[in-house]
Amino acid sequence: MSALALGFADQVTNAQQIFGAVMNAFACPGSLQPLPSDLDPPRPLSPELAAIALALADHEAPIWIDARLAAEPAVAEFLRFHTGATIVSRPEEAAFALVADPERSLPVERFALGTAEYPDRSTTLVFAVSDLSEAEGWRLTGPGIPGSRIFLASPWPRGLADIVRANRTLFPRGLDVLLAAPDCVVGLPRTTRLVEEI
Amino acid sequence: MYVAVKGGEAAIDNAHRLLAHARRGDPAVPELATEQIAEQMSLLVDRVMTEGSLYDRQLAALALKQARGDLIEAVFLVRAFRTTLPRFGYSEPVDTARMELRRRISATYKDLPGGQVLGPTFDYTHRLLDFMLMANGEAPVAPAEVEVQPDEDGTPRVTDLLDAEGLIEASSALQDEAPVGDLTREPLNFPAERDLRLQALARGDEGFVLALGYSTQRGYGRTHPFVGEVRVGEVEVEFTPQELGFPVPLGRLTVTECQMISQFKGSAAVPPQFTRGYGLVFGQSERKAMAMSLVDRSLRARELGEDVVAPAQDEEFVLSHADNLQATGFVEHLKLPHYVDFQAELDLVRRMRAEHERAQATHLSEAAE
Amino acid sequence: MSTHVSAAASPEAGYNFAYLDEQTKRMIRRAILKAIAIPGYQVPFASREMPMPYGWGTGGVQVTASILGRDDVLKVIDQGSDDTTNAVSIRKFFERTASVRTTTHTREATVIQTRHRIPEETLREGQVIVYQVPIPEPLRFLEPRETETRKLHALAEYGLMHVKLYEDIARHGHIATTYAYPVEVAGRYIMDPSPTPKFDNPKMHLMAALQLFGAGREKRIYAIPPYTEVRSLDFEDHPFRIQTFKDPCALCAATGVYLDEVIMDDRGGRMFVCSDSDFCEERRSAGHRGSMLADAPAALTGDSTHA
Repeated sequence: MSALALGFADQVTNAQQIFGAVMNAFACPGSLQPLPSDLDPPRPLSPELAAIALALADHEAPIWIDARLAAEPAVAEFLRFHTGATIVSRPEEAAFALVADPERSLPVERFALGTAEYPDRSTTLVFAVSDLSEAEGWRLTGPGIPGSRIFLASPWPRGLADIVRANRTLFPRGLDVLLAAPDCVVGLPRTTRLVEEI
Repeated sequence: MYVAVKGGEAAIDNAHRLLAHARRGDPAVPELATEQIAEQMSLLVDRVMTEGSLYDRQLAALALKQARGDLIEAVFLVRAFRTTLPRFGYSEPVDTARMELRRRISATYKDLPGGQVLGPTFDYTHRLLDFMLMANGEAPVAPAEVEVQPDEDGTPRVTDLLDAEGLIEASSALQDEAPVGDLTREPLNFPAERDLRLQALARGDEGFVLALGYSTQRGYGRTHPFVGEVRVGEVEVEFTPQELGFPVPLGRLTVTECQMISQFKGSAAVPPQFTRGYGLVFGQSERKAMAMSLVDRSLRARELGEDVVAPAQDEEFVLSHADNLQATGFVEHLKLPHYVDFQAELDLVRRMRAEHERAQATHLSEAAE
Repeated sequence: MSTHVSAAASPEAGYNFAYLDEQTKRMIRRAILKAIAIPGYQVPFASREMPMPYGWGTGGVQVTASILGRDDVLKVIDQGSDDTTNAVSIRKFFERTASVRTTTHTREATVIQTRHRIPEETLREGQVIVYQVPIPEPLRFLEPRETETRKLHALAEYGLMHVKLYEDIARHGHIATTYAYPVEVAGRYIMDPSPTPKFDNPKMHLMAALQLFGAGREKRIYAIPPYTEVRSLDFEDHPFRIQTFKDPCALCAATGVYLDEVIMDDRGGRMFVCSDSDFCEERRSAGHRGSMLADAPAALTGDSTHA
């Protein structure tokens, strides 16, 4: 067994910074929030996905990982060791779903949507993408957005538009989405609407 | 004369100094040692440990000293400390059949395997003030200890004896492999299962639980209870570290357990049999354990298909109001400033009075015409 | 009273940064994220026992402790004022356990914890206001059972609330709720804004700052993201109206702000002064003078001896 990659250098500070970025990402959907990650996790787990998992998951919040991440056992080992979270195979049990291969389709209909009485009991999807931009792409509206906001992820995760559209009809149930590129993160909570492509 | 809206910081500092002074009382009187509290106020310490959900006699004694003997304040100190303790894992269930007994009584059987052990109890004392204690009498001599020798398998519980005959319902905990919930780690949602209800009752206010238990005896959700058994003694706490795979002893606790046996007429599917009410608390507190077992049984109304008609059967009512820290916090917070809200109400009442006067005046002038 | 951002002493030994352990913070942080994603919905959380009593702001304190970073600047107010005893006590708690910088100035703060007021100064993007909440359930006094109110929220069945407000109108000629006035958030959930006077309700609408609500005893967290529609419930023939005050602040002459009534003597003498003490002080230092400023006691103006 090779040496396990390290966790946060400063647990308290790093976890707070990552949480702060994610909180602002959900509070201001579509905006790029700086996400400094000093982690060097086993690939294909990106430093940003690793940081979000280490900041937010634990034995009370299980993680689901996509096929690309599951193919590399060191990834699950790293996540288990540093978070204490169970790596679940059933998507509906996951508090967080980590997706390293956004172009491959996901079992979207199997993630937890929450219930009408407890809509908070839902999975948060975290996609690793290579680039995020506010210059062009989709026009977003909804709470947290004054007027509208433009945003683009590349690659554009497969099925993302369908997830966002489904969130509209399912509300208050739904899936909340984070997109993490090197050093930044964008949030698309279930309240966000895709208006048009620009 | 004036409402002091400034100077809060200085006022708080002064209040803390005054409190420290008041706590100590007359310096001519020797200061209480926490060991004295732990040894001589032991039942009070037990109660702080139970309602504080932390088994540590010395900390509970310290909390009582710091709280000037205010029970809920002491519970508060202990709970606030408990919050900061890391959680390493969960112990194995405590086996009370293997308890080293100090006291054990049954109201349902004259004699039973293992025998009745009266132990240290107030039950048959005459409640006469003993002025010798005031004069700091000498230490009483302990009677020759009667060794209660449990056999290898411990002392069977009365309910186990009934169980052997099928006269009492099976213990639900034995059937259920589901993990036990933890009131202090997960938000309480309704309807709550029995594990969470028992936790809430165990750490609930003794007075509140007592009053509710009493109310069931007076007809507000009657359960026809019998004390199957009350036992007090020491139990072993064991923990199974993942890397070892077998349980290792962590230490010993004194606990009081009450098994209440209640009537149940049966239904189409279930033959008539007795049902259980359960109580378990830290230290020696038969009153709390017994009241808890009464309320536990009442709260099983839904499960047993009984009508929920009395407060003690209403789990939202009981669980939402059993915690004395929550209760005292919300009651006492009324002394915090509320002048912003009061101003809003003042304005409304003045406006409504003005409207009322106008309406009266109109009414009078109309009457005069 | 500090006029500048003040650095605090070293944090309390033996306790984690901001008192809560990291696992508790993660649990609360996850609840906050879901609360933001579902505006106005009350997320249950495993509220911890805090070293201050329930009712003193344990929910707000847990939320603040979970979001606070080392670079944050904290302001704490109670009844609009930084110097009320409970505000002082909570501010000191965070100075001791997190050694964050604190301020009384609304605009310098990145996190504002409040009980019963929203500052008069417009909050800006990037700020977070944390409300202390006693009873988070707006339907609680109409239906005491959690199992029932949860169903009502799930179905968006808010007829009860409208009936209650309309009964007010029938009986009193107007809605007789003056604080904790219910709002509808983002067109879906009915929410209790905490016991702020309804005067403050319009400030919640499209506020640029993130609004977080913490109820410790009742174990609920909820949120309003920035720029979110917040509508105070009303009727076409009885539109929502806020309180108005006849006279300006007697100390700083501000109008259109919430005023506290201060009784001056036992002969009916009284004055009305800003409830937001920082706002009032800033106006006075900018030269605004109210009609009774010269006669006002030092205990009110803050020109007393203590720092």
